[in-house]
Amino acid sequence: MTNRVTTTQETKATTDAVRLLPRDRLADLFHALTARGYQVIGPRVDQGAIIYDQLTSVEELPRGWTDEQGPGYYRLKRREDDDAFGYVVGPHSWKRYLFPPLVTLARIERDGEDWHIESQPESPVKRAFLGVRACELAAIAVQDRVFLSQAYVDPIYQARRESVCLIAANCTQAAATCFCTSMDTGPRCRSGFDLAITEIAAGYIVEVGSELGASLAADLPLRPASPEDQADGEAARARAVAQIERTLDTHDIRALLMNNLDHPQWDDVGQRCLSCTNCTMVCPTCFCCSVTEVGDLTEQHIERQRQWDSCFHPDFSYINGGQVRGQVRSRYRQWLTHKLATWIDQFDVSGCVGCGRCITWCPVGIDLTEEVAAIRGNPS
Amino acid sequence: MMARVRPKLAVFKFASCDGCQLTLLDAEDHLLEVAGQVDICYFLEATSRVVDGPYDLALVEGSITTAHDAARIREVRRNARFLITLGACATAGGIQSLRNWGNLPEFLQAVYARPEYIQTLATSTAIAAHVSVDFELRGCPINKAQLLDVLRAFLADRRPNVPKHSVCLDCKRHGTVCIMVAQGVPCMGPITQTGCGALCPSYDRGCYGCYGPCEQSQGEAWGRSLVRSGQPVPTVLHQLRSFNAGAEDWRQAGDSLDNCASTAGPARTEEPRS
Ligand code: SF4
Ligand code: SF4
Ligand code: SF4
Repeated sequence: MTNRVTTTQETKATTDAVRLLPRDRLADLFHALTARGYQVIGPRVDQGAIIYDQLTSVEELPRGWTDEQGPGYYRLKRREDDDAFGYVVGPHSWKRYLFPPLVTLARIERDGEDWHIESQPESPVKRAFLGVRACELAAIAVQDRVFLSQAYVDPIYQARRESVCLIAANCTQAAATCFCTSMDTGPRCRSGFDLAITEIAAGYIVEVGSELGASLAADLPLRPASPEDQADGEAARARAVAQIERTLDTHDIRALLMNNLDHPQWDDVGQRCLSCTNCTMVCPTCFCCSVTEVGDLTEQHIERQRQWDSCFHPDFSYINGGQVRGQVRSRYRQWLTHKLATWIDQFDVSGCVGCGRCITWCPVGIDLTEEVAAIRGNPS
Repeated sequence: MMARVRPKLAVFKFASCDGCQLTLLDAEDHLLEVAGQVDICYFLEATSRVVDGPYDLALVEGSITTAHDAARIREVRRNARFLITLGACATAGGIQSLRNWGNLPEFLQAVYARPEYIQTLATSTAIAAHVSVDFELRGCPINKAQLLDVLRAFLADRRPNVPKHSVCLDCKRHGTVCIMVAQGVPCMGPITQTGCGALCPSYDRGCYGCYGPCEQSQGEAWGRSLVRSGQPVPTVLHQLRSFNAGAEDWRQAGDSLDNCASTAGPARTEEPRS
């Protein structure tokens, strides 16, 4: 499958002076980051998957591992080579570090008849994300709009986001669940990174995306990429494009969904969906949370906590008098129409970047691209 | 505080293993605080001191399995301003509700030398099937922190902070990789109410459903999906019919799978999804 957008970028990339970090010098990148005070968060094998975690060295990268994915299905597999970035997006996303699953917003103490409320900003930790994919850069850009671009800025997200360094990795393969080409978010990393790498047999082709990236590159033992290296890089990136099978037709998608709010497909998916919340938890753009006050037995010491929550949790739409969305059908419809339609009204961008996580990590394998196709195929 | 009359608390046991009452005793550090704020009037597991009702708060453990207990729970209800049930037995009938699918005379013959001495009902049922219940605290056994929150809520006249969402939400908050998706382990988490903080999946074990169905649980959709992906119907039935077998959604889901399987013959094993 050829893709117009990607072809133009290939041209741009090859006209820049292309440089290569030799394969055995990846640790230099790691050290350049830690020398600048960054905690490195990157991929590693854990619990039968490739997750994102704090790394202490490049030895922890998932060298020689890859993954196989399908609806409700994920398995680790051995690679024939020892590539470190030869896998596709897994169960975690970077949102865990920018929009953490649990934060204490305030501590509240009873003080005689009064309450004493203390709310301290987090002390910022500099984090470098190693191996960010194109769809994930797009997801971070979506959450930037959600948390930073409107009247209410989230100070927790803002502080964490401002201290992050993004080392992107171009995909050299795709999973059966990926559809970034439909959402125009990948698989090539275009912008929004400090450094981007493409892994080939000789090493890592490096692109600089910011001043911070340029200063990191200056510390690395880079050499000019040979014409063969460059051809390898292009072939690796083209392989990812060619492997993408899944599509989502986004043409007029807002109108399609909003004009079909009573489509029988919602009843159908309402029978299959478990309302378990997994799709929203793994989605790198979903941002719902709830705030709860948790007290001790004497109710003298209370913590105000913010936790990830989900539109699939029946009580999430509980307001005085009852639940607004009291059925699985209406909760799935809320999720999908928000993600693909009303998100555009709200943030001027789609809420879906085509990473495919919600398809893989749905325990019953519900696939949003199929749900949309069913509505499009038979609109009411 | 001193001037206020402390609410009178009573703890009653029906057919159960005592595990939920032990959870209350196990709350050692906090129990003294509780004891300071309530007057423990009836709690035979802890003290032989008995003060007559009526009680402000009755905590009830266990299910109804005898005619005598069916009458006794009505008496408890009449004597209690608030009645809170604790654990899978009291809220769903417990593991002993498996008798609801069995043959009672056969069990009695097999287990007891003199079955004629045994007086029991053919079913084990939840407390709420007999009297009105103000709050059901689920779990096999119940979670200590949730129990303490329910007691605090009662004392502070507020709604208990006991979430009703799935176990999956907690797996994801903790970063636990889904064992259903990544290992093909059948896990009840998607249809089970949280309470343990998603303990079993973090040890590579599927959720056993200790806390019963989550709100609007989709037991049947869950079971059918497992069967489609190659799990034998009896395996899925064993999962649905455990400590919380009698919970409405899981009872219906199990019966529906059972009916389909018996009319359609043995379950066909399909290729796993990929
Ligand atoms: S909706 Fe699904 S495919 Fe789209 S960004 Fe979220 S998880 Fe990825
Ligand atoms: S679509 Fe799948 S992952 Fe999402 S709530 Fe429904 S069953 Fe769970
Ligand atoms: S392991 Fe079980 S409880 Fe956890 S996310 Fe998967 S299905 Fe849900």
